[in-house]
Amino acid sequence: MKSFKEKLTERVFLLIALSTLSVLALITVFIFIKGVPIIAKVGIINFVFGMKWAPSQGYYGIFPMIVGSVSVTLGAAIIGVPIAICCSIFLAEFAPAKLRNVFRPAIQLLAAIPSVVYGFWGVLFVVPMIRKFLGGPGLSILAGSIILGIMILPTIISITEVSLLALPRHYKDGALALGLTQWQTIHSLLLPAAKSGIVAAIILGLGRAIGETMAVIMVLGNAVALPQSILDPVRTLTTNIGIEMGYASGEHQQALFATGIVLFVIIMLLNASAQYITRKR
Amino acid sequence: MTQKSKIDIKGLNFYYEQKKVIKELNLEIPENRILGIFGPANSGITTLLRTLNRLSDLTAGARHEGEILLDGKNIFAPDVNLTELRRRVGMVFDVPTPLPMSIFDNVALGPRMGGLKSKTDLEEKVETSLRMSALWDDVKDRLDTPAARLSGGQQQRLCIARVLALEPEVILLDRPCSALDPISTAKIEESLVQLKEQYTIVIAPHTVQQAGRIADRVAFMLMGDLIEQGYTQEVFSFPKDKRTNDYLTGRFG
Amino acid sequence: MRMNANTSQKIAKFTIWAAALFVIAILFSIIAYILAKGIPMLSWEFLTDIPRDMGRSGGISSSIVGTLVVTAVAVIVATPFGIGTAIYLTEYTREGKITRIIRFSAESLAGIPSIVYGLFGFIFFVIYLNLGWSILSGGLTMAIMILPTIIRTSEEAIRTVPQLYREVGFSLGLTKLQVITRTVLPSALPGIVNGVILSIGRCVAETAAVILTAGSALRMPDSLLSPTRTMAVHFYILAREGISMDNAYGTAALLIILILLLNVGFNMLVNRFIAKGR
Repeated sequence: MKSFKEKLTERVFLLIALSTLSVLALITVFIFIKGVPIIAKVGIINFVFGMKWAPSQGYYGIFPMIVGSVSVTLGAAIIGVPIAICCSIFLAEFAPAKLRNVFRPAIQLLAAIPSVVYGFWGVLFVVPMIRKFLGGPGLSILAGSIILGIMILPTIISITEVSLLALPRHYKDGALALGLTQWQTIHSLLLPAAKSGIVAAIILGLGRAIGETMAVIMVLGNAVALPQSILDPVRTLTTNIGIEMGYASGEHQQALFATGIVLFVIIMLLNASAQYITRKR
Repeated sequence: MTQKSKIDIKGLNFYYEQKKVIKELNLEIPENRILGIFGPANSGITTLLRTLNRLSDLTAGARHEGEILLDGKNIFAPDVNLTELRRRVGMVFDVPTPLPMSIFDNVALGPRMGGLKSKTDLEEKVETSLRMSALWDDVKDRLDTPAARLSGGQQQRLCIARVLALEPEVILLDRPCSALDPISTAKIEESLVQLKEQYTIVIAPHTVQQAGRIADRVAFMLMGDLIEQGYTQEVFSFPKDKRTNDYLTGRFG
Repeated sequence: MRMNANTSQKIAKFTIWAAALFVIAILFSIIAYILAKGIPMLSWEFLTDIPRDMGRSGGISSSIVGTLVVTAVAVIVATPFGIGTAIYLTEYTREGKITRIIRFSAESLAGIPSIVYGLFGFIFFVIYLNLGWSILSGGLTMAIMILPTIIRTSEEAIRTVPQLYREVGFSLGLTKLQVITRTVLPSALPGIVNGVILSIGRCVAETAAVILTAGSALRMPDSLLSPTRTMAVHFYILAREGISMDNAYGTAALLIILILLLNVGFNMLVNRFIAKGR
């Protein structure tokens, strides 16, 4: 028999626990309320696929920024994913215990460094290097991809490492007992077995990259135009908001919230698919 | 049985999901005596102990049939206050379980949560309980140190003191010495024999020998069935059931 | 053509070690560079003087205060909700529809970009609740941002508490709430503290969400409704607008030092907990 007091306590904890849901709902509702009217006015096709962004003249097309976000994110994945997977294999299989105890906090630290510091470091190191060795303005998709490639490492490494460590020990013992080398064991057995975890890790890493603002704002050049090469400057959905929110008002401000909606939808889709993949496992 | 019975178990069946772990058990537990319930692993002894203070409620999928009368009142009755039941029927577990707090706070936890506020009362209660479990002399100068710093044997005596501080009527001990060395075991057995003056004690001993040393009565359980019970000397010397005899002589178990 | 097994093993091993060392090198270079440039800027005046001339001269005391107070508001608001949610998920319910909804919400919140939090905080706290650009708006926005971290770390910590501890609590006649507060939470404390420290780091480092909600005012805040410019925002503005590279480096160095202290400090804290015999 549960006393009235115990039931009440349970209710209180349930209410607290539902705060996450209510906050999520609140965020969704408020962003949509503020952003939907302008999408309705411009038309969703014109908004999403419009090539021209000129708020002062009433042009609200964010296609160049979608291209910007996607290209920088893909670049980040191309650079970051292989390094991250190598690092997680290192942590799970290769690193001596002592080194692991240094490496793991180091990865946490990498996640803790403020994104503005990454951006600043990018401006000081990465951008000049690109300008010097590859030409162009330096502020470019490539610069953003490199910075984001580094920034998504902790996310991908930690989740991949967890899914590698979660594999039953006998997988490895069995393979090694059959005379496979360590690497053969890893790539023919462990990586495929941990595949869903790794895919989820990569998706969450992509989400992190596409949502990052302050680091890329400093290294992308922020030009609103379709890029022709990875050395061209671009503007992403996030930087569009970050740059213009400071002074926008009226329809312009609504259009920035609408940009937020597009970003929000992309992120929710990525999250949901990562959660789906992890759960299916 | 001339001795007044403290607990009377009538027709108890106990299930985890579909698995029946206690089968049609009838057992009287005499007051102010030590009852040793022994048997091989998975005989349902731990489950039986956990049922006596309804800790078994915490396990998902657990259910029961039958009655357990404590002083004539069924502990499964809907109006039973679980908190009060567990204060009356205390439990010591098979591994020492000091909570992450000081020695003093460990012992004072139960009384404090039960509403005892006065510092002097608490101090008195802690001292009495620690004396009864023969730990006082070891720890009186360091009551503020974390309980985890004590040795295994001391920790287990602390757990006994923690239960005594509740002023229970019945103390359940589930293989309390299984993780301890022989010297600590001897100390605990000594305390238990003294404690039976005031309490009813039910112990699942970790060896048959332990039951022989301290129990007034014993009960032998095998795969959920109560095979035999009686005075310790009688059961050990003249077991009525062949299975008891086989177990005592080491044929299995 | 199949590569010889031993050759592939050697190449893989080399590549993996190289990647790991490369990441360490990057981390080291970022931290070393900022500290080398910034530490010489740190002086008593820099820490205690308010910024003057847009931050060209003077110090960053108001930013330090702003950062600390925004962080404090966020942690004070988010921690009870985070721990409460974790308690509900672990102690009061079995896996089912409700836990799935709560987990989905928490994981979704964790994935939302900080700029979107900034938009939400702006429209909800700054405009709708009329709190203005203020420490309160910034702190509440950050509270929502760190909530998933606190939930996740607290839940993990509570799950590692042995079931036996709960049974001990119940067998001592404690009520469920007493079992949770007296036996479960104390045992889970190091893990919960870890989550809170992670969250503090997140608040200190955040820029996009606070700039839209707490504003970028340089003066010393005098109430929770004052706007403020946190250190990360200050650094961003100084560096991006080229106001003062020296002061930007100084601010960044202080940020990095804080982050390092939080990370190192946590490990020391954990070791002390363990040494204390928890």
